[in-house]
Amino acid sequence: MINRLISQGTHAFGPHLLSVSDLSREVLTGILDTAESFLEIGHQSVKKVPVLRGKTLVNLFYESSTRTRSSFEIAAKRLSADVINISTSQSSVTKGESLIDTVQTIEALGADGVVIRHPSSGAPAFVSTRVGCHVINGGDGCHQHPTQALLDLFTIRKKKGRIEGLTIAIIGDILHSRVARSNITTLSRMGARVRLVAPPTLLPRGIEDWPAEIFHRLEEGIEGCDVVMALRLQLERAAGGFIPSVAEYARLYGLNAALIERRAPGALVMHPGPVNRGVEISGGEEFTASSAILSQVEFGVSVRMAVLYLLMGGGSEEVVAGGMTPDKGGKE
Amino acid sequence: MRGHEPGSLFLKNVRYFDPSEGVSGFGNVLIRQGRVESLGDIRPSGAIPELDGDGGLLCPGFVDLHAHFREPGYEYKETIETGSKAAVAGGFTTVCVMANTDPVNDNSEVTRAIRERALDVGLARVYPIGAVTRGLGGEQLTEMGRLSEAGCIAFSDDGKPVSTSRILRRALEYSRLFDRPVIDHCEDPELSGRGVMNEGSVSADLGLAGIPNASEEVCVARDLSVLEISGGRLHVAHLSTAGGIRMVREAKRRNLSVTAETCPHYFSLTDEAVRCHGTHAKMNPPLRREMDRLAVIEGLKDGTIDVIATDHAPHAPHEKEQEFDRAPFGIIGLETAFPLSLALVREGHLTLAELIYRLSFRPAALFNLPHGSLVPGGLADFVLLDLSEEWEAGRSGYYSKSRNSPFTGMRLTGRVLRTIVDGRVVFSGEGETRG
Repeated sequence: MINRLISQGTHAFGPHLLSVSDLSREVLTGILDTAESFLEIGHQSVKKVPVLRGKTLVNLFYESSTRTRSSFEIAAKRLSADVINISTSQSSVTKGESLIDTVQTIEALGADGVVIRHPSSGAPAFVSTRVGCHVINGGDGCHQHPTQALLDLFTIRKKKGRIEGLTIAIIGDILHSRVARSNITTLSRMGARVRLVAPPTLLPRGIEDWPAEIFHRLEEGIEGCDVVMALRLQLERAAGGFIPSVAEYARLYGLNAALIERRAPGALVMHPGPVNRGVEISGGEEFTASSAILSQVEFGVSVRMAVLYLLMGGGSEEVVAGGMTPDKGGKE
Repeated sequence: MRGHEPGSLFLKNVRYFDPSEGVSGFGNVLIRQGRVESLGDIRPSGAIPELDGDGGLLCPGFVDLHAHFREPGYEYKETIETGSKAAVAGGFTTVCVMANTDPVNDNSEVTRAIRERALDVGLARVYPIGAVTRGLGGEQLTEMGRLSEAGCIAFSDDGKPVSTSRILRRALEYSRLFDRPVIDHCEDPELSGRGVMNEGSVSADLGLAGIPNASEEVCVARDLSVLEISGGRLHVAHLSTAGGIRMVREAKRRNLSVTAETCPHYFSLTDEAVRCHGTHAKMNPPLRREMDRLAVIEGLKDGTIDVIATDHAPHAPHEKEQEFDRAPFGIIGLETAFPLSLALVREGHLTLAELIYRLSFRPAALFNLPHGSLVPGGLADFVLLDLSEEWEAGRSGYYSKSRNSPFTGMRLTGRVLRTIVDGRVVFSGEGETRG
């Protein structure tokens, strides 16, 4: 599967991962299949393969993040890459250095790849036009979060056995959500029916062409859905006038076990995290535990291993020759 | 040309064309002391230097009602000298420069300094636009009397809208004393919010905060309502929306004294350009949808939009080479305005006469400037054009100090061959050093 993906040419995937919009259904499937083979490594006692030995990955995070940054770090280390984490509070960014200067400096230090998380939409794409190393979008503004969408796809496929034909509701702040923008594209491309559920203030204008059906009322939006994905609500949205209060949002758009049972029994509940308990999702520990939220985190590592491996994992001929697939990779 | 009387020239073999006076013909033009003495089938007279126009089209020099030359204060973006070079390279013999410099042009010292510097440079005629409010602060009116005496030909807080309907009312009323227009950058900052591009399907896709059409329209509506009670002359800067144009059209039918401009980018591009040109397609108002682009063309056709201005807004590379939402608004426009506008003629939207009129006589008339015609006794400010030459924008750089243009690399048709101000050749095509 990897061989097929790679042999389609690196132009099908890479040299950067900036947006999911260029990823065909075949490439998406290829990435998921690759992630599947990496998942086993996470269950071994020695969780390492040497496929990125000698490579350096830099996590450049202009926004705070625990799970995405750790997930990339663990993924890279399992592939034997060296990882350096830079976050804005401790970097020369606070001294006024421009984004381009910072990234070019990192490249000059020998980075082979850089994961960028940035509050400005389009920042990773802009960087990719100015550097020679691989650029991976770790979430940019309200634009894209490709690896989150990939791990969500992977989670759904794992838990539901397929993606094609499923009905999936995405609930919440679509307007400001990079997770939603990436997911709408990947889910619909894989054949799922996507619904967006949000108050009109949290939906962008100009989405008539999006492959999604719009709902304003939660109960109608999740009716009969196979997957229900809640988005994180930035609590400052109330101050911005998008919602009257967090409490009213929780009342109108919060998920709970009874509601799921009534409207979408058996639906897989997902959330990109971190969850505002009592806002997007309320109810006991059991409800959260029965959701896919922790699986998303676990699978995120395998998916990011797949992405890093496919982007940075050396020559495609080597792979095509069958010399190096992750499941055959040596153990250290 | 040493030893001859200054500002004298015998231009031969030109097609001269002045739509405002209905003048056209082939022949020669005699200029003495900066004024047209005669034109037609005339002969050279002795000691006056000659210039062969090779059959090019000689029109009144273009008049730009809206440019930013950034001096004083932001000389790293543009200076009066580099801005003037860009102007004459684009066929503009007259440029009105906005007040958002540092210090702001809200007092006569700054106005005089700008005029003196422009005279020293000696290329285009530069007319300062004074601020409406002190420091562009939106609270206290500037001393429009002193500013007018010092040389301000209009008033504007451009970069931002006139702050409130009350200030706008007083500005329009008070400016009547001096018969100067108030130019408004129509935008509701509340609706624009933190928007950085047009609000629509492209901004939704790119995850960029949008500026809705209503942001311009709300302000145009406010301004027109205020104009009804204030009198005075309102000039709407850079119209970009179908709704704004519709309201100006309707106001003109009611004989309100409103005029309007648009810029070449609003009839040449749509918000789709943001996808490939990034921050070089970021300006305010933003590039809009196709239906707005078509409405702008319609507005130019029926005269709702009086003139084409550039909103030439230079920014340094380090400012534009940033994350989209951090980069400043604005693009340069003086050097590409004519060929972009000529496309409207080629596509059959405007006649050549209408286009030249909207680039020269009409803008001059709006601001009471004695320019924009080509008649005996008139000032000798001309542009000599080749309507069919193709060239690539920005290929040999720009005369402007900045290069923030979405048109760089685009094939354009129509070129400025020579620019003449006051009977002096101030631009003569290739061969000069560009920035």
